[in-house]
Amino acid sequence: MSPNVTLVLVSGVLVACGVSLLLERTLTRVLVGVVLLGNGVNVLFLVASGRPGGAPILGVSEAADMSDPLPQAMVLTAIVITLGMVAFVLALSYRSWQLNGHDEVQDDVEDRRIVRRAELDEASASYDDDTRDTPEPRAVPGHRDTPPLADALRPDDSEAVGRG
Amino acid sequence: MVDPATLVEGTAEWARVLLPLPVVLPLFGAGLTLALAHRPRAQRTISVSVLSIVLAAAVTMLVLTDRGAGTYSVDVGGWPARLGIPLVADRLSTLMLVVSSLVTLAVLVYSLGQGVADGERGTPVSIYHPTYLVLSAGVSNAFLSGDLFNLYVGFEILLVASYILLTLGGTRARVRAGTTYVVVSLLSSMIFLTAIALIYAATGTVNMAELSVRLQEIDPDVRLVLHLLLLVGFGVKAAVFPLSAWLPDSYPTAPAPVTAVFAGLLTKVGVYAIIRAETLLFPGGEADRLLMWAALATMLVGILGAIAQSDVKRLLSFTLVSHIGYMVFGIALGSAAGLSGAVFYVAHHITVQTTLFLVTGLVERHAGSTNLDALGGLARRAPLVAVLFFVPAMNLAGIPPFSGFLGKLGLLQAGVDDGSPLALLLVAGSVVTSLLTLYAIAKVWNRGFWQEPPAPEDRPVREDGDVGGGVTTAVTVGERTSATLLAPTAGLVVVGVALTAIAGPLFGVSDRAAADLLQRTPYTSTVLHDRVPEVGR
Repeated sequence: MSPNVTLVLVSGVLVACGVSLLLERTLTRVLVGVVLLGNGVNVLFLVASGRPGGAPILGVSEAADMSDPLPQAMVLTAIVITLGMVAFVLALSYRSWQLNGHDEVQDDVEDRRIVRRAELDEASASYDDDTRDTPEPRAVPGHRDTPPLADALRPDDSEAVGRG
Repeated sequence: MVDPATLVEGTAEWARVLLPLPVVLPLFGAGLTLALAHRPRAQRTISVSVLSIVLAAAVTMLVLTDRGAGTYSVDVGGWPARLGIPLVADRLSTLMLVVSSLVTLAVLVYSLGQGVADGERGTPVSIYHPTYLVLSAGVSNAFLSGDLFNLYVGFEILLVASYILLTLGGTRARVRAGTTYVVVSLLSSMIFLTAIALIYAATGTVNMAELSVRLQEIDPDVRLVLHLLLLVGFGVKAAVFPLSAWLPDSYPTAPAPVTAVFAGLLTKVGVYAIIRAETLLFPGGEADRLLMWAALATMLVGILGAIAQSDVKRLLSFTLVSHIGYMVFGIALGSAAGLSGAVFYVAHHITVQTTLFLVTGLVERHAGSTNLDALGGLARRAPLVAVLFFVPAMNLAGIPPFSGFLGKLGLLQAGVDDGSPLALLLVAGSVVTSLLTLYAIAKVWNRGFWQEPPAPEDRPVREDGDVGGGVTTAVTVGERTSATLLAPTAGLVVVGVALTAIAGPLFGVSDRAAADLLQRTPYTSTVLHDRVPEVGR
């Protein structure tokens, strides 16, 4: 089977555009990316179905002229699933916009906190220095000169505070 | 013991009736509970009874496939296997089904107690039960499917349900976590779909039994591309490093029962798919070395991540990723012992990981937080919760005589039997990971349960009650833990311990499942109906 080059190209361009949009931080762009990517893959199913032919219905076209019905059934299923996904992502980005006033995907707060600890050369919050009974609890020997972690974290965490 | 031959004759027909039940019943129940949205009591009754029936059916099917009838299949809608969609029950899929339905049922009872479905602030009353049942149907469909495209549909069913459960209530933290999860899952689904399109283009079929023959006949280079595409798609779902970063970010924000069921089941469906791909579709073992390295990295990166966490839920999510590495290790060995160890480990890990997340939910109820900086003294304040945590935690870390130890032992033996330098490296990595798991778990135990709670001024600075990774605490602090919460948790703890008692028979099943997987003919000949009697093996 030699594939239809036009369809291959269309599929490739759609997938490429979809992937590049998927890497964006804004959810609406991600949404458009999902649409393009989904359609690109669906076109790939058309490539997989081989040469075009008549409707695969007995009595309408000869068996030899029929196109392969199976990929069409699969594409139909995939289209329905993509539709559902698009609706869900749309709702999600709307909700995100409702809550935050934008629909950018945010960083993991906890991850960022751990990164900041590393930058400050602080011990991890899970580090148990066993100094609870000593006058200065939670102090890490040798790191007294670093600013207290709480102050260092506060400005950046403003968005996390006041979440409803 | 009944003679297996008569079992086959007598049971084959009604066994076939059981096969679609785990998929059809929950979907039917989902429709019904959605229609009865305004009657929570009816919803609860329907959900619990549907999942109980599914559990009973799964146990029956496991006994049948293991003791007599062997692998058997049903062609859905009466379409012959090459045209329609077959559902297949073999030892692997039915064992997975038994464990998964047991866990879903226990978590459902737990969530009834917690009132996720109808009490929690900001949660829509009506959609929890239908979505949960759809999730269960998707998991069953993925386990039973004998058709690659239907496997994709099963994945989509469970994923869509999981999107909804993860963003339940639409709070800020959940929307943020859900976004990452949805986008990553969408991408992995697209990769899977691309792989299906290409596989169809190369072979002209998506029936897995037929594929197992035809994929051997195509160009090896094309086969390798298809193989790797499928592995990437499944790897994201199974959270194999480097495709695992989404998991610890997204799971902890969901309600406790949701996290528990996700942690137990969703990644394991990915692992199951990898097992099928490696044994049935691409048995040559061409990706084994790659999988070995991935397994090693998954174990080590996962557990090192866990050590850095101070939130119990996040810590457990990282151990979850880490222990996926054990299963991938078993699969990558490719030997009967390795596969058997992996299958046993999946069964063990589903139970134990789910239990731990449920207990964390109890901790959250008692202390109002899951952050270790705010926890303390739980061993005295809530001794029952402490026991319920301690047992599965030791089980996870692999302390003898628990099943975690037995599972790891099986895998280590398989690794040593393999004897290649890479396998021995993996054996060393497994031991290190096991020790570090013990360290991480001991830290949770010491700081959360053993130590005195920190003085109020010593607690973390976040006044908004949002301690640890944007985890929204939507439970009533200090509320008495009801029996409906304790009973399912304790039940799962007991099941986890009982895995030790039944480890012999369970390893027997997993050994036979692994033999079936390697032999491949029980599966293919059953699905394609050129069945050779294979009774009494």
